[in-house]
Amino acid sequence: MAAPKKGRRSPGAQGYPGRALAVILVALVALTGGMFISGHTSPRLGIDLAGGTEITLTAKNTPGQANAINKANMDTAVNIINKRVNGLGVSEAEVQTQGDRNIIVDIPRGTNADQAKKQVGTTAQLYFRTVITEANNAPAAGNKPSPSPSGSPSSAPSSSPSGAGKNGASAKPSTSPSPSSTAQGRAVTDAVKAAGSSSPKATSSATPSTNPSAASTPPPTSGAAGVPPAVQKQFNALDCSKPTQMANAGLGAQPTDTTVACSQDGKTKYILGPAQVDGKQVSGAKSVYDTQSGEGWIVTLEFSSAGGKKFADVTGQLAKQQPPNNQFAIVLDNQVVSAPSVSSAITGGSAQIYGNFTQQSSEDLANVLSYGALPLSFNTSDVTTVSPQLGGEQLHGGLIAGAVGLALVVLYLLAYYRGLSFVAVVSLLVSAALTYAIMTLLGPAIGFALNLPAVCGAIVAIGITADSFIVYFERIRDELRGGRSLAPAVQRAWPRARRTILVSDFVSFLAAAVLFICSVGKVQGFAFTLGLTTLLDVVVVYLFTKPLMTILARRKFYAQGHPWSGLNPKSLGVQAPLRRGRRTASPEAKEA
Amino acid sequence: MSRLGNLGHRLHRGEVSYDFVGKRKLWYGVSIVITLVAIIGLAVNGLNKGIEFSGGAVFTTPKTSVSTGDAQTKTQNVISGHHDVIAQKLGTGGLRIQVSGIDGTTADKVKQDLAKELNVDPNAISPQVVGPSWGQEISQKAELGLVIFMVLVVLYLAVAFEWRMAISALVALVHDLTITIGVYAIVGFEVTPGTVIGLLTILGYSLYDTVVVFDGLKESTKGITSQTRFTYSELANRSLNQTLVRSINTTVVALLPVAALLFVGGGLLGAGMLNDIALALFVGLAAGAYSSIFIATPLVASLKERTPEMRALAKRVKAKRAAAEAKGESEEPQDAVPADADDEPVEAAATATVGGQRRQPTARSRGRGRPSGKRR
Repeated sequence: MAAPKKGRRSPGAQGYPGRALAVILVALVALTGGMFISGHTSPRLGIDLAGGTEITLTAKNTPGQANAINKANMDTAVNIINKRVNGLGVSEAEVQTQGDRNIIVDIPRGTNADQAKKQVGTTAQLYFRTVITEANNAPAAGNKPSPSPSGSPSSAPSSSPSGAGKNGASAKPSTSPSPSSTAQGRAVTDAVKAAGSSSPKATSSATPSTNPSAASTPPPTSGAAGVPPAVQKQFNALDCSKPTQMANAGLGAQPTDTTVACSQDGKTKYILGPAQVDGKQVSGAKSVYDTQSGEGWIVTLEFSSAGGKKFADVTGQLAKQQPPNNQFAIVLDNQVVSAPSVSSAITGGSAQIYGNFTQQSSEDLANVLSYGALPLSFNTSDVTTVSPQLGGEQLHGGLIAGAVGLALVVLYLLAYYRGLSFVAVVSLLVSAALTYAIMTLLGPAIGFALNLPAVCGAIVAIGITADSFIVYFERIRDELRGGRSLAPAVQRAWPRARRTILVSDFVSFLAAAVLFICSVGKVQGFAFTLGLTTLLDVVVVYLFTKPLMTILARRKFYAQGHPWSGLNPKSLGVQAPLRRGRRTASPEAKEA
Repeated sequence: MSRLGNLGHRLHRGEVSYDFVGKRKLWYGVSIVITLVAIIGLAVNGLNKGIEFSGGAVFTTPKTSVSTGDAQTKTQNVISGHHDVIAQKLGTGGLRIQVSGIDGTTADKVKQDLAKELNVDPNAISPQVVGPSWGQEISQKAELGLVIFMVLVVLYLAVAFEWRMAISALVALVHDLTITIGVYAIVGFEVTPGTVIGLLTILGYSLYDTVVVFDGLKESTKGITSQTRFTYSELANRSLNQTLVRSINTTVVALLPVAALLFVGGGLLGAGMLNDIALALFVGLAAGAYSSIFIATPLVASLKERTPEMRALAKRVKAKRAAAEAKGESEEPQDAVPADADDEPVEAAATATVGGQRRQPTARSRGRGRPSGKRR
């Protein structure tokens, strides 16, 4: 029977259709098994389907810093935001970059989204505040009743274990109303000797110092002058070892308020005076290796002219104070990054911070000082909060739309291709099963979350997948019209259909890939699903549809062109099987 | 089989055909008019940009008995200052209230007040607050993606097919996009990031169709210069007719899920991203199906006919036909193109113009078929 040229066949596919089917089957079983083993039997749902809050931040271009938006800075920003959000006690909050300048923060439902929004939205709150009281962190055990006027100063000799129990006090007997201007600085040095002796303890890691072992002597001068009882109470109750409390300490305090704060490592807590200088007045900070004085890594600070003047005022005043009141705290996002003490007024608009910094810690501090919290500033582009109810409705709507779409496609195929549609429907189901399993597994693997656009992409993909089958079926029919019987028609149609499918799937995949790379926000979910399903389409057509067709072509129902098989030669308009002899010599001519 | 199946067969054999390529001037004209209308619509109406482009908030409420009008007034009362408020009823019975130009803090307050006004739980209201530059950001990316995609596709098609097809595909693509954008401008559908996604997806889809058609075209015009029966245009038209059923089927099947998304999903959820994507896709897909048949292929034919080889071929074909005519009315009851297009070496049903007699000519066509060698 008119054997087509050998070269035109793909012998593997024809010869061992069972093998290909087995491969698909094994893949399906493996994926399903993986699903159950990993314990994820349904895809992770995105915020818009499960409920929660999604925040999209977009990095702003800062004039003069054209290259500031780069991967390193974005990653740093993600880390910082992640710490902030998860520090709030939000579980499973997710922070990731998207595209080259966007950060997406997903906060699951049931957590305090409002607070998270504030934390994430505000870029950088960097303040220089005066230290009014300092204490080792203590689990506020006994001494809650705060405004105890006991004169005992809240010292925190870093080494001595004392601090713990004592610190309830420090309330009234203050003297130093350190805040703001009045006095002029005296000496003109431009060095901030960080915390007396050796201190800002520069503990190697990312959190430099913070524990400026403020000169151990508890000077009677300490205590807090204008500390409102409420703040004192907060201070007493504050337990910096608890992340939530730490993150909440002094949250929402205005720069002009007296407030409480924890050190970044959670070991020390402070009452801080109003902000004297804020981060905007720092014009730059650098980490420098000091070769001259052999101090090792130091951080140099540049102030704007106004900032420099203010800073001179403040340090001048601080220098007159006794420890710990001679310290100023560098407060970042309500946490004390470092609290160096001042020995003399610092004028000239620049300052150096010494301490046993490592390169890393000095760079971190320099970053913090120059950029505030984040190495970049961000716009809040989109904040979407979805109530669980709405999420459920959206999921429901998406699923129904998908089911209806699938049903329509199946009906159409059934009406048009009859028995042949069996192949198409089974292939579609296999494709759907693969997609589902892979999406599910991608949840834990790469953090893929099924959101509404992704569902949309999957639905749209039904069409693309079915299109491939149509291309193949029409090819087979063309061959049948050419007078071939089914088995050879199936084989001959394949190479041509294959090419069409590959070319068009490639274009479709290209579109998805470009869309994925050049898109932001939820669009990526859509592009991802579309790309994934396009790939799967090729896999399914090669390994499933074609072999299945080959096998079915041997069945009587199809081979003899049963009226319901969709391959009935009569209804295709083919007359009695033609005896063809030389015809096949010119396969091209068939259509030419 | 279904009637379409029959039609498919008849199209395949050329018993029925439409002269897409021959009447291309007409369709170019139609497309130019549509495109002009789209451009004018865009220029006059502009696009109705969603709050994503201007900044603002959208509140989705749970089921409520408050009417849209009431909700609109109530929202107006809640916010101070001048903001546009649009309220829509959703399929779920809830409301979608859109307020332009407010920021996060205001939105929180509005949410609380709104909950009181509408008498629902504040936590059941889902707000979305969008910064003013978000839409811009998305569209800029989209434009970039558009350009990258077009360059890649033109390159790919130029390699996989040839540059004339690449150019035609590109023209068809731009055509689809223009029409889609025009429809948005004229009807006044809201443009949202979802729309932008939809638009970008059209790219892939519109090309999918075009590629399927081109693939058939490439195949049927293989070895074209070694025959003198048909010109390129005629073969192109025939190929188009033969793949017509396939094109229709793939388009219908692609449109069905999108329609489900648009009408079912959209109906259930009301406005939202699902709707936006689906709408853009729906319009774009329809335009894409039209353009791949009526624009892309005729355009390829136009371009091709200008090449020296094809001109020479056309001349030869003409000469041959003239000669045949001179010889007498040998195969006459055919009108020129469609019947000629009917050359099917395997079953060449030359007399096929008479649709009803399909079954008979077997013997004759076999007879006809034989001299195929001679024809060349």
